Amino acid sequence: MTTTDRSVSLTGRAHARPVRPAPSGVSRAARTRRKWYEIIGLTGPALIVFTVFVLSPIVFAVYYSLYKWGGYGWPTDFRGLDNYFGEYGAFRDPIFRDALRNNGIILVGSLAIQGPLALAIALLLNRRFRGRSAFRLLVFVPYVLSQVTIGIMWQLILLRAGSANVILTDLGLGSLTTGWLANLHVVIWTMLFILTWTYTGFAIILFLAGLANIPDELMEAAAIDGASWWQTQRHVTIPMLGSTIRIWMFLSMIGSLQVFDVLWVASTPAVRSLGASNSMATYMVDHGFNQREWGYGNAVAVIMFVISFVAALLFQRFVLRRDVDGALTGRKS
Amino acid sequence: MRMKRRSGAILALAATTVLVASGCSSGGSDSGSTGDLYKNPVTLNWWHNANQAGPLQTYWQKVADDFHTLHPTVTIKISAIETNDMQRNRIPAALLSGNPPDIFQSWGGGETQEQVKSDYLKDITADTKTEVASIGPAANIWAVDGKQYALPFDFGIEGFWYNKDLFTKAGISAPPATLDDLNADVTKLKAAGVTPIAVGAGDKWPAGHWWYNFAVRECAASALTNASTKQDFSDGCFLKAGQDLQTFLATKPFQTDFLATPGQQGANSSAGLVANGKAAMELMGAWNGGVMQTLTPDQKEPTFLSWFPFPSVSGAGGSQTTQMGGGDGFACSKKAPAECVEFLKYILSPEVEKGMAATGSGIPTVKGAEAGLADPVLQGVAKATQSAGGVQLWLDTSFGANAGTAMNDAIVAIFAGKGTPQGVVDALKKATAR
Repeated sequence: MTTTDRSVSLTGRAHARPVRPAPSGVSRAARTRRKWYEIIGLTGPALIVFTVFVLSPIVFAVYYSLYKWGGYGWPTDFRGLDNYFGEYGAFRDPIFRDALRNNGIILVGSLAIQGPLALAIALLLNRRFRGRSAFRLLVFVPYVLSQVTIGIMWQLILLRAGSANVILTDLGLGSLTTGWLANLHVVIWTMLFILTWTYTGFAIILFLAGLANIPDELMEAAAIDGASWWQTQRHVTIPMLGSTIRIWMFLSMIGSLQVFDVLWVASTPAVRSLGASNSMATYMVDHGFNQREWGYGNAVAVIMFVISFVAALLFQRFVLRRDVDGALTGRKS
Repeated sequence: MRMKRRSGAILALAATTVLVASGCSSGGSDSGSTGDLYKNPVTLNWWHNANQAGPLQTYWQKVADDFHTLHPTVTIKISAIETNDMQRNRIPAALLSGNPPDIFQSWGGGETQEQVKSDYLKDITADTKTEVASIGPAANIWAVDGKQYALPFDFGIEGFWYNKDLFTKAGISAPPATLDDLNADVTKLKAAGVTPIAVGAGDKWPAGHWWYNFAVRECAASALTNASTKQDFSDGCFLKAGQDLQTFLATKPFQTDFLATPGQQGANSSAGLVANGKAAMELMGAWNGGVMQTLTPDQKEPTFLSWFPFPSVSGAGGSQTTQMGGGDGFACSKKAPAECVEFLKYILSPEVEKGMAATGSGIPTVKGAEAGLADPVLQGVAKATQSAGGVQLWLDTSFGANAGTAMNDAIVAIFAGKGTPQGVVDALKKATAR
C-alpha cells in the first residue's frame, strides 16, 4: 500500500501508528518483517480463537452433515448429500419446508410491521412532552425481559381460558376467540405477534439513537422554510435516519432467519412437529438432538448457515454498501 | 512471497498447537481389576435425573453418603441433571468424549442397544446374577444379547389415573375393563359436564402412549420384538393400532386444545387438569402420582385419585393382559472401576430399594422392597405390575430415539387430524434412513 492518497485513511480508520521516517541503517525489508510480526502477534490470539470456535465448527458441521450418524461413536455411514437432497433429505421434508415458510413469514412480517410501527413511535417519542423518558423506558421493557419469560407469559395469556380470550369475549368479540397456540392455522401469526411485541422496543431504541444524531439546525432550517412537522419528518428526519433503518433491517433479517426461543417456549413440541410453528432452528434441535439424527441436524445447520450468510452478503452488497464503505481502508481508487 | 510463506507457517503452527492441546485434554480413568477392590481410593461420578429438590434427590445423596461410610475408599460425586437434557445431550456427548460418568441413568431398550453397540457399557452379567434373579423379566429390558448392562431400580406399568369423585358424579360404579366400557364412561362423563380424558399431546409422547397401548392390544409379542430388534414394522397390527386410535379420537374424549397442552408442567398440563379436578382421567406411567403432587395448591397427591390398567380391546389380535411400562436403571460405563458395580448392587439391595419406595418416586424392582411403598395408589400399580401377563417397554424407548420420535410425530399428526394410520408405519420405516 502506498501513502499517496491520505484522504482515504482519513475517512476510514487511522493508521495504527504514525509512519515515521525510518532510522538510517535499517533496511526496508527489516521494517516490513517487523510489521508482519506485529500483525501476527496482535491478531494471532484472536485468529486462533476464531479458528477454533468459528471456522472449525463450520467445517465439522459440513463434514458431519454428509453422514448418517446417531451421535454414538464416530460417523462412519457416509451418505454424500442425502441429508440435503436425498429422498429423506431436508429439502424433501414437508415439515422442513414449513419451517422455511415460517422463517419467511417472520422475516417479512418483522420488517413490514415492526419497522413502520417502531418508526412512528420513535418519531412520537422524539417530540418534547412530559414523561418522555418514562415512555422511552417502558417501550423498551419487552426487549429486556428474558425470552423464556416472554414465552411463558404469552402462553398463559393465550390459553383457551386465558385472559386474551376473556377480554375478547367481554368486548363482544367472542367469535374471534380461538386456541391461539393450538389452532394450527393461527399459531405462526400468534408467534409473529409475540415477536413483534418483543422486538419493536429494540427498533425504537435504535431509531431514537439515530434521531438524536440528526442536528437540530436541519429542523430549524426546515421550520424557517415553513415546513410542517409532517414535512420535516418526511423530507428531513427519515432520510437522515436511513443508515440506522438499514442496520436495523439487517439485524432484524438475521434474527428472523435464526429465530428460536419464543417458538421453542410458547409453542408445544407437537405444534412444532406439525410444521405450524417451527423454524429452521427449532427443526434443527428437534431432529439433531431430540431425534438423535446428528448428521441430519448438522445438514440443517449448514443450510441455515448458508441461507443466513448469503442473505447477509447480499444485503451488505446492495443495501448496506453506503453505510459500511467508510469502514474499509485504502480500497478506493 | 517470503512473508506469505512465513505467515502460513505460523498459522500452521498455531493450528497444530490447538490440535495437540485438544488431543491432550482427555485422560481415561483406569479400570481396576476385581482383585484390588476397595484398596485404592476411587471417585465415582454418578449422574441421575432427580434434579428437582425433593425426596428422591435427598435420598440419593443419603445412599451415596452411606456407601462412602461403608467403603471409605469410594467417594461418590453426584450430578443431578434434567432427564431430557441428560438422555439426549449430556450422556451421548460424555460417552463420545471418552470421559463419561462412571454410573449413569439408563432407560433400557433401543438406547442401551446403541450404547452397547458402540462398546460404551460394562458387562455386569457375572456380578449381578442375584439382582437379576430378584428383579425378574423386567431386567431383560436392560440386557442385550443375553448380557446384562444395567439394572432397573424402579419399574411400573402404565394405566389410567382417575378421579373417583368425578366418576361417581357421572354415575360410573366401577373402572372400565374393556374399551367398550371406556367409551361408555366417556359418554357418561360428557353428559355430566366433565372433560373425560386429559392428554398432554403438546409434548408428543403422552399422545404416543395411546397408540402404543393400542399396538400392544393389536400386536403379537413377536411382532413387537421384531419391530424393536430388527426395525421390522411390516406387521399389519401397527396399521390397526392407528385405526383403533382414529376410531377412539372420533368420539372426542379429550380436552379442547390438547395440541397445546403439555404433559407435566403447570396446572394447565394434562396431569394438572386431573390433579385439580378439571378432567376425569389421564393415561400415564407410574410416576404420575408424584407429578400430580407438585401441581396441586397444597402440594399433596389428591385424595380422590385412583388407578386402573389399560382395558382390553375386543377383537384385537394381541395380548389383552400385557401392559405397557418402563422404568429407570443405572449403567456403569466401560472404563468405570469395579467399585461402580458394587455401588450399583448396593442401590439394588432390598434395604436401599425399600427406602427408594418410601419416597413415593417409583415402584421398586427387587423382591421384598415393595413393602416400602406407602402410597395406596402406587401399591395398586405395583400389584398390577406383578400380575400383568407381560410388560412391553414404552415403544419409543424400545425403538430408540430415532424411530421413536418419528413415530410420536406421526401419531400427533393423527391427533391433529392431519395424519393417517399408514403415516405412522411410513414414519417408522423412514426414520431409520436418516
